[in-house]
Amino acid sequence: MKRLTAAFVATLLVLPVLADSPATSPAIKPGSAFLSPELKTLQADEAANPGMLWVENGARLWSERIGSANRSCADCHGDAAASMKGVATTYPKVDAASGKLLNLEMRINACRTSQQRAEPLDYESEPLLALTVFVARQSLNMPMAVQVDGAAAPFYSKGKEFFHRRQGQLNLSCAQCHDGAAGARLRADVISNGAVTGYPAYRLEWQTLGSLHRRLRACSLGVRATQFDYGSEEYLSLELYLAKRSGGLPIETPGIRK
Amino acid sequence: MALAIARVAMPATARKGDVIEIKALMRHVMEPGYRVDNRGQIIPRDIVKSLSVMYAGAEVFRMDMHPAVAANPFVVFSTVAVETGELVFTWVDEKGAATVEKKLLTVTE
Repeated sequence: MKRLTAAFVATLLVLPVLADSPATSPAIKPGSAFLSPELKTLQADEAANPGMLWVENGARLWSERIGSANRSCADCHGDAAASMKGVATTYPKVDAASGKLLNLEMRINACRTSQQRAEPLDYESEPLLALTVFVARQSLNMPMAVQVDGAAAPFYSKGKEFFHRRQGQLNLSCAQCHDGAAGARLRADVISNGAVTGYPAYRLEWQTLGSLHRRLRACSLGVRATQFDYGSEEYLSLELYLAKRSGGLPIETPGIRK
Repeated sequence: MALAIARVAMPATARKGDVIEIKALMRHVMEPGYRVDNRGQIIPRDIVKSLSVMYAGAEVFRMDMHPAVAANPFVVFSTVAVETGELVFTWVDEKGAATVEKKLLTVTE
């Protein structure tokens, strides 16, 4: 009996450690590591990657004066190649003023309403995707490095909980596929680790560029779970957790995905 | 909003007689006309029907496109550098509207 109790206590001691240690999860590979050689080539070639159409469009929008302030992004931030370099590696990030977690899309919209005094762009609209991918592209090949301590800590733990919680009619957690079955086939595609460094990404299934939240909605639908709204706190927290998981991986947006 | 609608990548200079590779990417939905929307209505066909490239007074490349071509058609072809001049790319859509992109090729002896 004593031995049993000791074993029970030992289990109790070990369990939280196992559940909490990120070191126990396998090394995370970028989304491009799961692509065929042809699609890898397509992603790497700036002349061929269709996502570059949005990057080019974002560059135009960057210097377009809009809103009642009649200001462009460039009027404040100057050359994006210098001012936006590395920015995408730190998002999602908690906005100090509002205490809200913002991803790159929402940061751009916050700037539009507060600085340019213009209407916010719809999530998933062409101009918002273009600006987001243009800004993110300035951090090409730079390692993801988001902050998850301090004000971001509650969002991070919420995202982590979301990732490990079974959900939907299929009763699957994100972790079961993206940790447990990464590299295995799911119909015609290969299951990835769920790295976020390729987003916004051009998915062949969409035949267009799409945001990470669009991809997350597709995943939710896949396990027949609730699809949350674009920019919802659920997906934002998950995005933060995924970004932390992708820590150190180089930004590769616009990624090509199946 | 001004959409970037075409991107052409090719060398800016070449020696006379060189074979140069040209990559042309075009932003287009290529709606095939066979799909239905949420209400069961057919989404009208909207495709680019042709790409033609003029260089040195001749049509050096021509392609007719059909509904099976994917969105944002990407075309790679090659031609021979004969003289300094513009390559003029013309995509023509369903309604006859043309998108034109020009790239200068400088040819050295």
